[in-house]
This record gives sequence, C-alpha cells and structure tokens, in this order.
Amino acid sequence: MAKITIMGNMATALGAKLSRPDVVPAYPITPSTLFPEKISEYIADGEMDAEMIRVESEHSAMSACIGASACGARVCTASASQGIALMSEMMFIAAGMRLPIVMAVGNRALAAPINIWCDHQDTISQRDTGWLQFYAERNQEGLDLMIIAFKVCEDKRVLLPGMVGIDAFVLTHTTEAVDVPEQELVDEFLPKYKLELSLDPNKPMTFGSFGTPEFYQEFKYTQVKAIEKSSDVIDEVFAEFKKKFGREYRKIMPYKCEDADVIILTMGSMSGTARAAVNKMREEGKKVGCCKLTVYRPFPGKELMDLTKNARVIAVLDRDISPGFGGALYGEVSAQFVNEPKHPLITDYIIGLGGRDVLIENFEEIYDKSMDAVKKGRVEKPVEWINMNQEVL
Amino acid sequence: MEEELYEVRFHGRGGQGAVTAATILADAAFREGKDVQAFPIFGVERRGAPVAAFMRMDAKPIDIKTQIYEPDSIVVLDSTLLEVVDVAKGLKENGKIIINSSKNASEFDFGKAKVYTIDATAIAVKHGLGTKTNPIVNTAILGAYSKAVGNVSIEAIEEAINEKAPRKKEENKKAAREAYEKIRGG
Repeated sequence: MAKITIMGNMATALGAKLSRPDVVPAYPITPSTLFPEKISEYIADGEMDAEMIRVESEHSAMSACIGASACGARVCTASASQGIALMSEMMFIAAGMRLPIVMAVGNRALAAPINIWCDHQDTISQRDTGWLQFYAERNQEGLDLMIIAFKVCEDKRVLLPGMVGIDAFVLTHTTEAVDVPEQELVDEFLPKYKLELSLDPNKPMTFGSFGTPEFYQEFKYTQVKAIEKSSDVIDEVFAEFKKKFGREYRKIMPYKCEDADVIILTMGSMSGTARAAVNKMREEGKKVGCCKLTVYRPFPGKELMDLTKNARVIAVLDRDISPGFGGALYGEVSAQFVNEPKHPLITDYIIGLGGRDVLIENFEEIYDKSMDAVKKGRVEKPVEWINMNQEVL
Repeated sequence: MEEELYEVRFHGRGGQGAVTAATILADAAFREGKDVQAFPIFGVERRGAPVAAFMRMDAKPIDIKTQIYEPDSIVVLDSTLLEVVDVAKGLKENGKIIINSSKNASEFDFGKAKVYTIDATAIAVKHGLGTKTNPIVNTAILGAYSKAVGNVSIEAIEEAINEKAPRKKEENKKAAREAYEKIRGG
C-alpha cells in the first residue's frame, strides 16, 4: 500500500476509482466539486474505464444513476447540500427500486441563509429515503468507506443505495495522510458486480412500476427488511475489510467508555476532537468517554445500548436540527432506550451548525452540563445549543 | 519539540499559493514520519484578498480537527499584509515569524517572537516562478521555514515540491534551497 497526502474529496474519488464503477453521472457543487473533477481526470488520463455523464442538475444526476444502475452497471456519484435536496425525489426511487448506487457526500448546511460550510443537515434530512448512511471521521475513512459501501450495498441480502459523508472543508478540503489500498486487493475484496435482475431488451422487465394498495405496503416492508439485514452484512464486510486491509471499522466505535459516567455520542470529523477532549478531561479525573457513530442507517440501536447502558448520561451531539423537535440523533437514541426499565439520562446538544468550529472547550462544557443533570437526577433542558454568539441574538 | 504537536499559520493573498505552501509543508513533514493536516481557512477565496492556510504536524496520530488559533509559527508570504492583518494574532510566546521581505529582521518588532526575513520575491523572480508582478513565492518561503524552524528538513521539502508542485519542479526546488541558505534573523 502507498501512503500519500490528499484532500478528502480526492480520498473519496480514489475510493470510487478503486471500486471500478462503470458509470459516474455527476453535477458539481461546493464542497464536493473536486470529486467529479478527479473522476473526469482519471478517465481522461486512461486510469479509469468508466462513462462520465455530465448532467444539468442533481435531479438528473440521480436519474441517470438510477437508469444506469437498473441496467446492471456499478454506479457512483457525489453531491452535497442543495444538490442532495434537489435529488431527494429520485433518492427515494433509487432505494425503492433496490439499486446499489453509492454517493460520496461533502456534508454541508442547507440554505437559507446560504452557507457552504459543514453540518449534517443535508444527509440527515434524507434519512427516510432508504439509503444506508456512513459518516467518516478522517480522509482515510472516506476512502475506505466508499469501497465498503459498494460491497455492502451490492450484497444480495441488501441491494440498496448508500452514501458516505465527509464533512465539508474539515475533510473535503483538508490534506491528510491516506493509505491507498492496492487495486489488486480491492478487486479481490470487491469483485465485478452482477445484478441478477436488470433491464435487458432481450428479457423485458419493469422497474419501479405502479404499486397499488394491495402491494405497496409489502414492497416497503421488504425494503425495510433489507436495510435491517444490512446491519449483519455491514459487520461481515467490516470484518473482511480488517482482514484484508488491516483497518478496523465498527458501526459505533467506543473510546474510554467502560467506566464512563458521561458518554458523548458524535458523528463525523468532530469525533477526533471528542477523543482529544476525553483525554484532557480524563487527566483531570473526569469519568468521560465518547462513541463515534460511523453507521447512521441502519441505526445501530442495539450496539449503542450495549456500549452506553451503564453510563449515567448519554450526551448526544447533533450537527443537525429538526425544527420544532431537537436533534435527529437525540430522538433516535431516546427511542432506543424508552422501553428499558432503567436507562441513562439522555441530553441533546446542537453544535457546529453551518461550519461553526467544534472545540475541545465545547466538549468540556457538555460534560459539565451533563454532570449537572446527574446531580439533579433529571434533565431540565433536554435540547441545548452550544457555543452561541450571544451578541447577535 | 519534535515529539509535540506543532502548528503553523500562513498568510498570503488569494492566488499567491498559501494553501499550496501549507500542503507542501504537510507533505514534507509526512515524509519524515509525522502525521499531518493542511487546510485553507474555510471559506470563499478571492484573488488578491488576504487569505490564510494552516498546517498541523505531530509525531503521534492527530485526533483534533479544530482550526488553529494559537500557532507555533507564522509565515507571511506578502509583507503588505502586515498593514492590514494582525498576522501575529494568537502566536505562542517565543513563536517564530517568517516574513517575505527585503528588509532586515531587526526592522520588525513582534515582541517576544523571533522574526526572520527572506526576500522570497527576488528569489522567485530569479528562478522564473510566476511573473515579475505576480511572483509565486510559496516554495522559496518554505526553504526559509525549514532553516528557521528546523522541524522539517530542506530535503523533505524538496521531495514534497517534486510531488506537489504543478510545474517548474526544478526551479521551485532551487528557490527553496536558495531561501534556506539566505534567510536572516532569529
């Protein structure tokens, strides 16, 4: 393996290239633009044998992905923010038609006000489309998760699309050292793909046709069963990836959680800063740990419960907001525990929206607030906003 | 120093190559076994406007993903920025400032910070990097960084230039080496 220094967008583009897609329809958008640029460069330089389709919008990009994928091609694309919002209609269709398309995302806030920086609103808002969702902490994970996503999504027990999120700028435009797997090993790990049922003029078939009330619910049920099944497939693929490439992935990666009073739950690039904050607080004698959620869909609720059930507080960090409720992750973590007779207190912290930096001192504040709930025995304010600029409020 | 986290901030103007400088320095440090990050100030860059870029290196794997607020050293690619930007903002006590200037280092006063100067513009022009009105000084200034700070070797910087410079690799390496030899101050 060769270790090189590259930006996050190049890491996901390399992950895509190593996965040998047949078709890449894409429409550029900040901060993901480098992805289609690199793919077209690879194709022009003869390093990649794929068809790049330049389209007039993200809606068309996803439409082209669906058509190509239904013909049995291995397909990937990239987008972000407003682009994903525009794709949304077709994303439901990709999942309903059970097409294993893989998308690299540069996680970016949604307008208005217009903002090109990092948060997770774009993909969290698409959580009900039926796509698998992976989130990377660093560029290496961005590359690896692209390859992993293809293998999971194309598994016969799954056959669903999936997306890999890398945080806008914090990863997309940050250069880091990345181990690039050898093509031969990736080919062994991810062999040529064959969709058993695909569009073929010699054997006509319809995809995504009318689903009347007699059948629609059963269609949805089998689709949901497939994403539930993907949970075990992800574990298998993670294990195989570790064996082949030496790097370990888990749906939730715990850090110093065994004896922790407070467990901080994070997604994406802030997970590294969380570990640094945990190390600092541990030196001060605070019993705190953190968990990094790499797989958001399917939601790894059981694993989360096993890792956090002995904590006194789970501090959920949401880089997203469901207006009128709170953070999306908070709702899901809470639902997981609600039928348990005894469970930790659960608090929600809205943080880092629109590219606001997530700092070590923010984690310290979150720990203090969470311990305050422990002392009081109850959570007075379940959803709190962290690091607010009070001057403009 | 080599065992600890080390952070650098670059000041330049859009189009001068501050981001590339940070990227090349990170690649050089990586070649010497360090974990590294290089990133632009997150935002929209315009040609000529003040920009900043950052480099973080550590012998241990780097977990932290925040921006850099208290750099160990600062590199200024364009001395006209000294009048419009507080380039020394957040610099650690006894930190180092490397300025592209034909003046002597003693003509600058940044309190306890150690100041170094190098006429990177003259060196860039001499080696045909950019144009006379828009010289590309980022590789020359990295040679100066190597001598002034001493935690990334000039050889590693030359290798990184070879890898990352889009064109004129030899001229860029020569510019870095010349700046390494000519830097003043400290």
